[in-house]
This record gives sequence, structure tokens and C-alpha cells, in this order.
Amino acid sequence: MSILELRQVHRTHGNGDVAVHALAGINLTISPGELVAVMGPSGSGKSTLLNLAGGLDRPTSGEVLVEGQVLGNLNRRQLAGLRRHSIGYVFQDLNLLPSLTAGENVSLPLELDGLSVRKARRQAIAALHEVGLEDLLNRFPDDMSGGQQQRVAIARALVGDRRLVLADEPTGALDSVTGESVLRLLRARVDAGAAGVLVTHEARHAGWADRVVFLKDGVVVDTSGPLSQPEDLLPSVGAQR
Amino acid sequence: MSIKHGLLALLERGPMYGYQLRSAFEESTGGTWPLNIGQVYTTLGRLERDDMVRPLPEHDGGQRSYEITDHGRAELTIWFATPVSHADRPRDELAIKLALALTTPGVDAGAVLQSQRTATMRTLQEYTRLKISATKPADLPWRLVIDAMLFQAEAEIRWLDHCETSLIRHAPAPLITGAPSDADILPEAIRR
Repeated sequence: MSILELRQVHRTHGNGDVAVHALAGINLTISPGELVAVMGPSGSGKSTLLNLAGGLDRPTSGEVLVEGQVLGNLNRRQLAGLRRHSIGYVFQDLNLLPSLTAGENVSLPLELDGLSVRKARRQAIAALHEVGLEDLLNRFPDDMSGGQQQRVAIARALVGDRRLVLADEPTGALDSVTGESVLRLLRARVDAGAAGVLVTHEARHAGWADRVVFLKDGVVVDTSGPLSQPEDLLPSVGAQR
Repeated sequence: MSIKHGLLALLERGPMYGYQLRSAFEESTGGTWPLNIGQVYTTLGRLERDDMVRPLPEHDGGQRSYEITDHGRAELTIWFATPVSHADRPRDELAIKLALALTTPGVDAGAVLQSQRTATMRTLQEYTRLKISATKPADLPWRLVIDAMLFQAEAEIRWLDHCETSLIRHAPAPLITGAPSDADILPEAIRR
């Protein structure tokens, strides 16, 4: 089963003559183990696509499915739950809470999700271990380098059992080697069975993806890849029902 | 860059014979620059003529090794100290092709641009894959060669993005051949 699916998704801002078609009929299916990069000039609809995939925005028409659930059919509470435990977000600005330690930042979403403090902490330690930052468990964001902060943000995005990772320019202002370690982590997580969407301006970062989708004026103008298993290109529509 | 300097750099590690030089050359360029053995021997011949290498007595197996001379070493030092000049690179076929696409009637420059971008992106994905698989510390020289190709591919894509933006800004207004009523009948088609 696909982890993310967009079916004929349109997103229009405004009405009538001033309507802006941010997305105009997007179809996209992402399977476990697949990292898809989305590239395109400013205003091509990249961020809109990511917001729709993450349930932060709703399509004007069409459907968005995460792990087989149509987001439009969920109520607010269900949607919030899904966002907390199925979807990980990594944004350019790290959004770590400065008054919490690295460990607390990572365990917070789990505690919000109803997990006991102890269990949440254990999972947070495991997630920090995965990004190589176990030692910084009790460190505050201000006492960490930019690269370390971004890795904590990734640990937070990946903690628990999230199978969909959405990243918007996740390497931000990091130098090229540090940025690469962030992409390596993302890649490893996807290789371990998650699905990833990476929105980026940088072709070199998009190179880490299995498929690169080029957006322009809200439509997909071209796709590069996948590099192997061409049969993945043909989603078996019957099997997804 | 020339094969000449590549061979001198390899001989600086110690004496080698032709086949060893060829495989060491290919190894250090990650297989991106295949050599045939004829090129290796022709180059060695010229280097010997210019007194930059000297042949050693044949082995038991009949292989003749070469070693670098002081003169060759001096040449190598100069090579490493001299930046690569852009003028030494071959003309950029892609730049010429795009320039021609803009001025040749009936050619969709935007489509030429996008198909190049997709092809270069694919190359970039493949290089990245190679790089991901090269994780041993001993792979570092190879990783740096891959990085060079990655950054070049990235630069090309950036340049294509830039061309596209320029194309949109400076494109002449499209010629409208259909009557205005066509637009009223086919709003859906136009939106696409």
C-alpha cells in the first residue's frame, strides 16, 4: 500500500478572475522506501503540495490519502492525531522549543499523543541515538550548533513510528558536508521503510531522491526516475482499495 | 588535464608498468575516465623522450616498469600548482545548442531546456547513488571525484533554471492566431 497518495488534487486560492491555481490536478503516489524530491521555481506549488500532504491545508478538490486514509474524511481531532503519530515534519527553520532540552523536544509529540513520560523518553533517546546525538540529550538548543539542532529536529520528526516524512529545504543554511549528513539520515530512514517528500531548490539535494518531480505553475511538467524497478511507476490501483 | 600528468602523479607513488598504471588511473578517477593500454604506452613513450620517466630493467615476467625522474617530478609540482583554466575545456555544446534553440524557427526552447534538466537530474541521482555506496574511508578520493561531477551537474541545472527564468521574462508575446471566440469555447484547454 502506498503511504502517500494525491488524487487529482487542485488547490485554488481566491475566486473568479483573481483565482490562483496553486495546484492544478496533481497525481502522486509514494510507496514505502521511496524518497521523492519536488523541485520547481518559486510559486510553482511546492509548498502547497507539502502542506496538503501533511494535512496542514485542504485541497479545493481531489483527495489526499495518508496510509490509506482520506484526510478529507477525518474530523479535526482525528486529523491532529494522524499528524502527530504518522507524519514527521522537517522545516528549514528548525522550530525547536528553546526552553526544552533536546530530549524533551523529541519526546514532546509522543507525550502529547498520550504516551507515558518514561516511554516517551526511551523513544526519544533511541531517536537521538539514530542521529548520533545521544550525548546531547540534556542540552538546550541554544547550546548546540546549527547542524546539531537540525539533527534534533530530524530526530523529532522521526521519533516513534512515523512512516511519512515531509521535509522543506531541510538543510537550510548548513554547510555542504553537514547538510549532506542530514540528507543521509533522511535517506536511511526512507530505506528503512518510510516514505519521504523532499521539497528543495537544490538539485544536488534532490539527487538523493528515487524520483524527482518538476512542478511548474501547479502541474507536474516532468519526472526523473525512478532509477530502478520501473514497475513501481505503475501503481496497481486495484490493490490499493 | 592530460593523461601525462595523471601518469606522473601515479609514478610518484613508486615504479609501475603499463597495465598497473592503467588500472591505477581508472581506480583513482572512479572509472569515469577509461584508458586503453595503447594510450598509456604512447604517453610513457613521450614522457621518456622528454626525460620525465625512465624505464627500469625488465622483470622476470617481461614487464618493464617505469620510474619518475627529477625532471618529471618538477613538472608534476608545476601541474599541481597551476589552476585549471576554463579555456582548456572543450566548448560547451549545451550552451550552443540552447542558443541555437532560441533562434531556430519551430524549436521549443522551453522543451529543450526541460528535457536537458531531467536528463541532468537523472545523472545527478545516479552519481549520488554511487556516492552513497562509497562509505569506506579508503573511498575518499573516489568520493571527491564523484562530488566534482555532482557539483558540475548541479551548476548545469542552476544555469538551466536561470535560462528558463530569462526565457519567461524576455519571451516575445505569443502570436494569437485563433479568433477570440475560440478562447470562450475552450477555457479548459487553455488552462492546461
